[in-house]
Order: sequence, then C-alpha cells, then structure tokens
Amino acid sequence: MTEITTYKQVWSYRTPRGRLLAWAGWLALVALFVWCWQIMTERTIWAFVQDAPRQAADIGSRMLPPRWPYLSELWAPLWDTLNIATLGTIGGVFMAVPVAFLAARNTTPSVAILRPIALFIIVASRSINSLIWALLLVAIIGPGLLAGIIAISLRSIGFIGKLLYEAIEETDTKQIEAVSATGATGLQVLNYGIVPQIMPAFWGITVFRWDINIRESTILGLVGAGGLGLKLQGSLNTLAWSQVSVILLLILATVVVSEWISAKVRHALI
Amino acid sequence: MLTLDGLSKTYKTGDTALSDVTLSVPKGQIIGLIGPSGAGKSTLIRCINRLVEPTSGKIMLGDVNLASLGKSDLRQQRRRIGMIFQEYALVERLTVMENVLSGRLGYVPFWRSFLRRFPATDIQRAYQLLDRVGLMEHADKRADALSGGQRQRVGIARALAQGPELLLVDEPTASLDPKTSRQIMRLLTEICSERGLPAIVNIHDVPLAQQFMQRIVGLRAGRVVFDGPPDMLTREALTTIYGEEDWNAMRQGDEEQAEAEAEARGRLAVLAQ
Repeated sequence: MTEITTYKQVWSYRTPRGRLLAWAGWLALVALFVWCWQIMTERTIWAFVQDAPRQAADIGSRMLPPRWPYLSELWAPLWDTLNIATLGTIGGVFMAVPVAFLAARNTTPSVAILRPIALFIIVASRSINSLIWALLLVAIIGPGLLAGIIAISLRSIGFIGKLLYEAIEETDTKQIEAVSATGATGLQVLNYGIVPQIMPAFWGITVFRWDINIRESTILGLVGAGGLGLKLQGSLNTLAWSQVSVILLLILATVVVSEWISAKVRHALI
Repeated sequence: MLTLDGLSKTYKTGDTALSDVTLSVPKGQIIGLIGPSGAGKSTLIRCINRLVEPTSGKIMLGDVNLASLGKSDLRQQRRRIGMIFQEYALVERLTVMENVLSGRLGYVPFWRSFLRRFPATDIQRAYQLLDRVGLMEHADKRADALSGGQRQRVGIARALAQGPELLLVDEPTASLDPKTSRQIMRLLTEICSERGLPAIVNIHDVPLAQQFMQRIVGLRAGRVVFDGPPDMLTREALTTIYGEEDWNAMRQGDEEQAEAEAEARGRLAVLAQ
C-alpha cells in the first residue's frame, strides 16, 4: 500500500479570521442579553411577579366553571363575527386583485407610476393592524358591523395583494409566451396564460386570509366594531369571569373549525 | 413564403445572437436549423414572430414585413404563424380542448374566449385536429394529465388551429425519448406535407434532422454556415458548424441506439404473442 504523504490532513470550515469573528459575534450576543435583562428587571415590580401564580389561580377559579347558559346570548354576536370575517374577506379580495395585477412586474401597465402606487397601497394596508383600522373607522362611520367589515377588508388588501402579486410574478413565462404567439390580445393572454396558473394560489390565499380574519374579527368588538369582542369587553368590564371563559372557549372552537375548513380547502387545491 | 433579409439581433448585454441572416423558405419546405448551443437557433425562430425583437433586417411573410409592424398589426400577423415549443408550453391547468382552442384567440373577441363560447366552426376544427393527432378521447382532460408525447401533440394541434401559413418549431423533441421523438417528427412532417406548410425546425439531434428534414441550415455564432440538402451534410460540413468532433463515432452511437431499439421492439413483440 502506498502512503499518501503529500496531502494535508487538516481542513477547517472557517478561516482563522472567520473563527475570530464568529467568537466575537457570540460574545456580543451574550453581552446584549445580559444588558437587556438588566433593563428589564430594573423596571419590574417584583411584588407583582411573586404574586402572579396566586392571581392567576384566583382568576382561574373565578372562570371555572364556565357559565354555559350564557352561550345562548352569544349566537347572534358569533354570527356577526363570521359575517364580518367573510364579507370583509370578499371585499378585500375585490380590492386586492386589481392592485396585485398593477403591482406584479410582468402585468403592470406602468412600472414607473402605477406599480409604485400599488406597492404603496399594499404596504399601507399591511402596516396597520385590523384593530387600528377598526378604531379609525368606528370614529369615522360610527360603531357597528360596517366598521368591522371595512376594517377587515382594508387590512386584507395588503395581505392578499402581496401574496397574489408574488404568485403572478412567479408564473411560467413559457406558457404566457405560447399564448401570446397565437396572436391573442393582452386581456386574452391574461385570461388564458396567467389566470389559470395563479388560480390555486388565489384560492389558497383567500381561504387562508378568511381563516385569519375569523380570528381578527373576534376582537374587533373591543373597539366597538361589533361581534363577539363586544360581549368580551362587556364581560371583562363587569368582571364576569365565568362568562369570559365561555366566550374564550367559543372563540377557540370557532377558530379550530375555520382552520380545519381552510386546511381542507387548501389541501383540495394543491 | 418566408424571406429573412439581413436579420440581426444584438441583446442589451452586447451579445450578438444573430448577424446578417438571409434565408428564404418556400412553400411546403421543412427546414432543420442545426447548430451548437448558443448559436442563435432559438433567437432566430423567436425573431420571426417577434417574441424577440430583431435589431435590424427584414422579415417578409408573403408581402408583409413583420419587422416593421406596430403592436396591433403584429398581433394580427402572429395568427399566420404557428409555434411549437420545446417543453410543450401548454397551459398546464387548462383542458386539452381549451389549449387547442387557444390557437383561435387571435380570431375571436374577448367575451367569447372568456366565456369559452367559441364559434361552432372553431370547435369543429379543434375536434378534427385532435382526431388528426390521435387525442380525440383526451379532449376534456387537463393538459398536465398527459404524457410528454401527448402534450406535444396538443402543442401541434394548437399551432394548427391558428390556420397558419408557417410553422416555427423550437426543439420539438428535446424532452422526449427517442421513439416518441421519431413519432412526433413523423407527425410533423406528414402534417406539413398534407397542408403544404413551410416549417423551420430547431433541432439538436443531427441524425434526426437528416432523417426528417428536406433542407438543413447550419448556424454558428449567429451566422449561416451551411445551407443544403441533408446528404450534403458531410463530416467537413458538420465540423464547420460544430467544430472538431469524431462524427463517425457519433453516427455509430446512433446506429447502436437504433439497433438496440429494434431489438427491444422485437423482444416486446415476442412477449406480446
């Protein structure tokens, strides 16, 4: 057997400089953690923290057993909540689809003007939470379901618009090229070349957003935009903890069901 | 008849894909366009229907110069040119029938195509074409449910649905196995001779080109370096197109493949008895 002597037996993943930098990085991270911990504990009132388990147990005991007869008062607000979520999603889709086509690089009619506007609409809608939209809208159009529906749809534009325009940009250009080579008009290319390719993404995104909207619309009532949140706020204000637990369980059940539906629909599409 | 006159294409990156290509394709002639990767075969085909904009030169289809058309006139003229693609380029999530009917998009108003209510003559023609390419029973299947060879047949039917005067065929067999490749090439050449359709076929496979094409055009670095019948494609000619290579060995390889295929077919026939 011939001995291999001319090749090195040492190989390292990082250069010496890289190793030094990695150690420095970890050191900085530990220092940051220690520093943050110090700031956090400085402002904490330890009496409250020590008290926490007792307080939690106290509220827990007041919440149990849930006052089940209260459920009969909740069906109407639950129906409102579902309506806010569903109508809000539909409204959001209607506004988001044109925005998405304006924002996608391969379908926008003007990269210089319309695309930035569409992107701005998406960012603006995404950066403001539904609860804040609802707060603004309750102030503008008054409390009630309508404010909730509009808040949900305004928040949905950004989410649906962003995911949809990314789906449009990821379409297969060969299929689009083939349709345009037949002499089709721009609209026909959109209809035959692009829309079939984004349909699964479109339904997936829409159902996913509907599922998120169910969760978000349960709390919109806290600021007066109707639905279960209104009842939650009422019960919290009157310290009716056994009613709060019924509402929380109902929200949990609703979210589980909506998530199950959304998972089923998305599974069927993909 | 198609005539290219001094066609050149330089991409924005500064790469010259085509320089001064002059070529004329008479009615009913099938031309095989061969050349190494990057020789400009695909660019040449795409310049003709202006999926790629040529930098200069004339593209005469009949008496229309395609190179000088505006957007809407170009759209009208594209209906006269059927195109068949390397990876079929069917709209995968549409049915076979919708794909074939999409060849009629240039002729129908938007509302008809949107509602899928095509004129009866278009539908009849689509069925006739599906029957011609042997896919009658697959009309309502989704395109992505078909095999490679079947998809390329749909691609051919879509191109023919346009009622074209010229076929542009871009590597029709590059994603197919040798047997299916030959079937597709045979179908293409039969259809072209039935209809007197001229065609330009980009093709990588030199023996396949020699077997099926009436005329071979060799491109190298964007220039035509060979133009003649397949039997003039000698070792010297191949060397001018592709550079130095042991051409006899390659031919031998192809013969071996053909023999192996024949043998396999024989064995299958025995098994089938």
